[in-house]
Amino acid sequence: MVVAVVLVLIVVGSVVFHFLSPWWWTPIASNWGYIDNTIIITFWITGAVFAAVVLFVAYCVWRFRHKEGQKADYEPENRRLESWLMGLTAVGVAAMLIPGLFVWGQFINVPAEATEAEVMGAQWQWAYRLPGADGKLGLTDTRLVAPDNPYGIKPDDPNGHDDVLIEADYLHLPVGKPVKMLLRSVDTLHDFYVAEFRSKMDMIPGAVTYFWFTPTRTGQFEVLCAELCGTGHPYMRGGVVIDTQADYDAWLAGQQTYAQLYAPEVLKTANLD
Amino acid sequence: MVDATHGPDAHAAEFADAELYHPRSWWTRYVFSQDAKVIAIQYASTALAIGLLALVLSWLMRMQLAFPGFLTFIDAAAYYQFITMHGMIMVIYLITALFLGGFGNYLIPLMLGARDMVFPYVNMLSYWTYLLAVLVLVASWFVPGGPTGAGWTLYPPQAILSNTPGQEGGIVLMLVSLILFVIGFTMGGLNYVVTVLQGRTRGMTLMRMPLTVWGIFIATVMAMLAFPALFVACVMMLFDKLLGTSFFMPAVVEMGNLLPHEGGSPILFQHLFWFFGHPEVYIVALPAFGIVSDLISTHARKNIFGYRMMVWAIVIIGALSFVVWAHHMYVSGMNPYFGFFFAITTLIIAVPTAIKVYNWVLTLWRGDIHLNPPMLFALAFIVTFVNGGLTGLFLGNVVVDVPLSDTMFVVAHFHMVMGVAPILVIFGAIYHWYPKITGRMLDNRLAQLHFWVTFLGAYLIFFPMHYLGIMGVPRRYFESGDISFQPPSAHDLNIFITVMALIVGAAQLVFVFNLIWSIRHGKPAGGNPWRATTLEWQTPETPPAHGNFGRDLPVVYRWAYDYSVPGAAEDFIPQNQPGPNPPHEAPAMPGGATS
Repeated sequence: MVVAVVLVLIVVGSVVFHFLSPWWWTPIASNWGYIDNTIIITFWITGAVFAAVVLFVAYCVWRFRHKEGQKADYEPENRRLESWLMGLTAVGVAAMLIPGLFVWGQFINVPAEATEAEVMGAQWQWAYRLPGADGKLGLTDTRLVAPDNPYGIKPDDPNGHDDVLIEADYLHLPVGKPVKMLLRSVDTLHDFYVAEFRSKMDMIPGAVTYFWFTPTRTGQFEVLCAELCGTGHPYMRGGVVIDTQADYDAWLAGQQTYAQLYAPEVLKTANLD
Repeated sequence: MVDATHGPDAHAAEFADAELYHPRSWWTRYVFSQDAKVIAIQYASTALAIGLLALVLSWLMRMQLAFPGFLTFIDAAAYYQFITMHGMIMVIYLITALFLGGFGNYLIPLMLGARDMVFPYVNMLSYWTYLLAVLVLVASWFVPGGPTGAGWTLYPPQAILSNTPGQEGGIVLMLVSLILFVIGFTMGGLNYVVTVLQGRTRGMTLMRMPLTVWGIFIATVMAMLAFPALFVACVMMLFDKLLGTSFFMPAVVEMGNLLPHEGGSPILFQHLFWFFGHPEVYIVALPAFGIVSDLISTHARKNIFGYRMMVWAIVIIGALSFVVWAHHMYVSGMNPYFGFFFAITTLIIAVPTAIKVYNWVLTLWRGDIHLNPPMLFALAFIVTFVNGGLTGLFLGNVVVDVPLSDTMFVVAHFHMVMGVAPILVIFGAIYHWYPKITGRMLDNRLAQLHFWVTFLGAYLIFFPMHYLGIMGVPRRYFESGDISFQPPSAHDLNIFITVMALIVGAAQLVFVFNLIWSIRHGKPAGGNPWRATTLEWQTPETPPAHGNFGRDLPVVYRWAYDYSVPGAAEDFIPQNQPGPNPPHEAPAMPGGATS
C-alpha cells in the first residue's frame, strides 16, 4: 500500500515540480525557437509515458499485492498486445525524431547571406576575429602563434590583413543578421556556449568547426566554455553583445585590424599597406 | 536437449570422473581459487570496496558545489581529480566488474547447471589482473601530481596537457590500469561466453536460459567487441604521452609554447572512446535488464511476460548499441551530417528498450506481488530507468542535444539511467542471492531503511538536477555560482542535492553493515527461500559446494519461468523437475522438445 502511494506521489510530485520549477531555460535570444519547441514536444510525450508506466506499476502493486490464497495468472505471451505496444512506441519515437531531424537540417545548413565571425579559444580566454572590408578571413596556422601574431594568421595571405581582431573584449554582433560562427582552438578542446542562443559547438585544435544563428534581441550575453579544458575551465568566460545596426557600426569603426595592430614584417616588405 | 534413451543416471556417470580442479590447500581454496563462486565473491568484494572510495569522492565533489571553500583542501585540481576518479571507478571498476565478474561468475555456472566455468585457471587470472588494475588505479593517488583530472572521458589533448592535474604520472597509471582491466576482463569474458555456449547441462537450451544469463551473456559478447577500442585508444594515448607520437595530438600552443606534436586528431580518440563507451552503457544495462526480469518474475510469482521478445530485445539492443556511439559527439565538431544517422539509430533503440519496460510491468499485471526487498528494488529500478531512459530521448535527438549537451541535464540523465537504475538492480540482486551465497537472509528492517532512503534520495538528487541543465548550467564546473543567468535559488537547489547525497551515501553504510552482520547473525535461509525455479536454488547444499551440484548434474525439463502454472501443486516448478511439457512450450519455445 505504501509502495503504491509513494509511486503515485512520485508521478504527481514530478509533474508539479516541472510546472512550478523556478529553474527553467533562459529567455531565448536567437532564431532557434524551433529547438525549444522540439524540447516541449519531447517533454509532453516522455512525461505522458513516464506517468502512464509508473501509475500502471502503482496500480499493479496496489491491486495484485500478495494476499493469502492469491494466485498469479499464467500468460507467457500475448503477440497482439506486444505488437500494439511496439507500434505505439514507434509512433511516439517518430513524433519526436521527425521534427528533430527537420530542425537539425536547418541547424547545419548555413544561409548564404550569413556573415562570418571567428572565435578562437586558448586557455582560458576567448578571442574574436571579423573579416575586414573584403569579407574574407585570412588563413591561420596554430604553429604561427607568437606574441606578435596571437591569432596565428598567415602573414602572406592578403585576406588576413584587414581582419578585425578583438582581443580581451566582448564580441559585438548586429541584431537580426544571420552569422556563421567559425570556431577554432590553439591548445585544447573548448566549447563556445551562450545559453540564450541555444547553440554550442566544440572547438578542436587543428580544425575549424561552426554553427550559425540569428540574434533576435539586443543585449549582453555571457559566453561559457562547455568542454573541460583544464583547471581554469569554469573561469573561461566572455561576452557577446548584440547591438542595433547603428551601434554595431559605431563599435566596429573603433576596432583595429591585424595590419594596424601587429604590422607584420611581411606587410611592410610587400608594401601592401 | 536430453536424449530419451539416456536418463539422468547415465548422464551422472559420464560426469563422475569429469575433470574438475580440486583445491588442495587453504590458499588455493580461498585466495588463489579457481572456483567461479569464490572468484565471484572476490570480484564483488573488490568492486564494492573501490566503490566506497567513489562514494566518498561524490560526497567531496557535492560538498564543493554546495559549500564552496568549506573544505579547504578542495581546489580546482582536486575537484577535477575527484570527478574523474568517481566516474571511472563507478562505470568500469565497480558496475562493470560487479555485474560481469561478480554476478557473471556466480550465476552463469549455477544457473546453467555447470560445475564451474570452462577455463577455471584463466578465470582466476582474470580476477587477479582486475585486482592489479584496481591497485594501479589507487596507486595514482600516491604519485607526484596525484591521479588524473581529465574527466572520465580522458579527452586529449587536455588529458596530457600541463593544465590538467595528474599530468605527470596520474594519466599514465590511469591508462595502464584501463589496459590491465581490459586484459583481465577479456580472460573472464572468454570464459562467460564459452561457458554459456558449451557448459549448459542437459536440457538447458538457449531459449530456456534465465534472462539473467542472457543479459550477462550478450553484455559479455559486447564487451569483448567494445573493450578493444578502449584498449587501443589507451595504448595510443600512452604513446603520445610517453614516446611523443601524435595519434591524438595536433599542433598545440600551450600557454605560449609550441609543443612537439603535429597532425594528430583529438576527435579520433572520441570515436574510439565512444565506440567502447556507448556499448559500455549497455554492458552495464543488459545484465541489469536480465537480473531485474528474474527478480520481478520470482517475486511476482508469475512468468516473465513475453520471454522470447525479451531475449530478442536484449540481442537487438546489443547489436544496435554498436551503431549509436556518435550521439555522444553531436557537438564535438564531427561532420554534422553524421547527426542524422546517429539520431535515427539512437531513437530506434528506444523501441526494443520500451518493449522490455512494457514486459516488466505486464509481468506485474495479475501477479501475486510479494514486496520483498528484491522486488522493492526492482520497482525502483523501473521508475528510475524509465525516467532516465526517457531523458535519453532528449539527448539522442540530435538538435535537442545541442542546448542540453555538456550541461547538468546530461549529468542527471546518465546518473539516473546508468548509475541509479543499475545500482538499484545490484542491490536487489544482492538481497535476492545473498541467501544462496551465505546461507543466511539479510536483515529485512535494515533492508527497508536502505531501500527507502536510497530510492527516494537518489530520485530527489537527480530529478531536479535536470532543470539546472535545462537552464544551461554547464557540467564540470568547479564553481558555478557566478553564472549570469543563474538565479540565487539555483544554489539552494545545489545545497539540497548535496544534503540528499550525503544522506543517501550514509544509507549505503547501513547496507554494508547488513552484509557483514548477516553473515553470522542473519536468519538461516534454507536452500530456496524465495521458492524460485532456477537451478542455483536447487543445489543440494547452500552455499553451493565445490562442483555446485553434488554427484549428479541437474537435467532441465522446462523454462525458467514456471510460476503459478495452472494445476500445479505449488506456485513454482523448478527447471529440473520432470513432468509433462508445460502447455505453452511445445509450440512456442524453439528447441523445447524434451524426453
